Amino acid sequence: MKTGYYPGCSLKGAGREYSESLMAVADILGVKLPEIPDWNCCGATAAHNVSHDLSLALPARILAAAEKDDMDEVLVPCSACYNRLSVTRHELLQDEQLRQKISGLIEADYRGSAKVINIIEWLAGISDLETKIIAPFAHRVACYYGCLLVRPAGILNFDRPEDPQSMDQLLKKIGATPLDWAFKTECCGAGFSVSRTDIVAKLSGLILNDAVSRGAEAVIVACPMCHLNLDLRRPNIEKHAGKKFDIPVIYITQAVGLAMGIAPNKLGLQRHTVPVKFSASADRSAARETRAQKSVPGEK
Amino acid sequence: MRSDHDVQHCRQTLADLVLEKTGVDVARCYQCGKCSAGCPLAVDMDFPPSQIMHLLQLSDFPEFSELALRSHTIWLCLTCQVCYARCPMELDIPKLMDALRAESLRLQKVNPKARDILAFHRAFLDSIRYTGRLFEMGQVVDYKLRSRHFLQDLLQAPGMFLKGKLHFLPERIRSRSLLGRMFSRTLKVKEKRP
Repeated sequence: MKTGYYPGCSLKGAGREYSESLMAVADILGVKLPEIPDWNCCGATAAHNVSHDLSLALPARILAAAEKDDMDEVLVPCSACYNRLSVTRHELLQDEQLRQKISGLIEADYRGSAKVINIIEWLAGISDLETKIIAPFAHRVACYYGCLLVRPAGILNFDRPEDPQSMDQLLKKIGATPLDWAFKTECCGAGFSVSRTDIVAKLSGLILNDAVSRGAEAVIVACPMCHLNLDLRRPNIEKHAGKKFDIPVIYITQAVGLAMGIAPNKLGLQRHTVPVKFSASADRSAARETRAQKSVPGEK
Repeated sequence: MRSDHDVQHCRQTLADLVLEKTGVDVARCYQCGKCSAGCPLAVDMDFPPSQIMHLLQLSDFPEFSELALRSHTIWLCLTCQVCYARCPMELDIPKLMDALRAESLRLQKVNPKARDILAFHRAFLDSIRYTGRLFEMGQVVDYKLRSRHFLQDLLQAPGMFLKGKLHFLPERIRSRSLLGRMFSRTLKVKEKRP
């Protein structure tokens, strides 16, 4: 079984710490993630906003390249890319005429053999993950799924579209306490980060406000767009809301990496706009738990 | 003299076009309003999603399809898919919005308030058309030229650069000529540059 890796453009640019932390985690797990050869951009929001055919052709070319390289599945950490690749595969497998038309456009026969998986499916599929946890991530967290990881549910077939649980379960595995909150799948403003920053500031502010009011110490994300809007756009959010938000926004791979004892700078935490500092009491309780766990074998 | 009945049958309405392009039959919408209740941007729209559906149901009358195609709504839609997830009739409204955007572009009826949003999409696609991957710096410069928002986010760039998030050179893939062909085959219609 060969698992390929599609980083997408964001993970090479503004969201590079997502890729860095994924690679650091994969290294500890001893998993190899070869990139799809000569991959291109998935077209994101822009392509499907102006042309349906283009929005299918761009992901189809990526998946055809993965198939040509004998990949059985493709790990796509970015939720937006994951969504575009999954929707394309679904539409082309449903409609033979469309599949042929798009195959013509990309000058290759797209068969649809490579499965598309997201970061949570990939992490949940690793059986010895818990054995690698040496410094439990003992914090109260708000798991933020956003839109594109869970919707449209009928196509993605991943988690339920309202109140999903997969990320919460994963965070529990690494020692965190996931909170029940209301903005798990509310939109952050997505691709409007530059063109309508006012809208992003409004929507992302609502998300942070709920996370903070429930007592979360961090928001956990699985999408570079969500991270960009909640972290890099923090000054805009604070200006719009008229108040300060100190809560850090952490990629799921960074949280897993911290729990594996990987150094913060290897996980790219220094690249965030909002500094990742946890309250002293939480750190103390985490240290206590680690000590308690370590002391167990000694007592025997 | 032609009656309204004849007009309905000899001309494709916007609802017919949407059905043909997306398979969404707007006649099935019974106006429960769940889409508008869940839409994060309904308050910012000129017509919330359920009203767009209503305009399409009445698109036998050209003035109603005109309102839909010239609406700000179709460009404000973030494709967050909440409407589709909650629609009791399982109508794929985000897909319908894509079809309306394409038609609005084709007929040059883009709402002037959507200028910046469309400029961003154009700059994004231009960036990947020639290199294969998004070049964020190039895209932002392209967007500034199109939208004339020269000063926006200028203060954020040095911080991003210091954190290693901004690159000054694009990554270019080998299959650029294929990408170019894919773009010219799918984006044939030349609409006004926003």
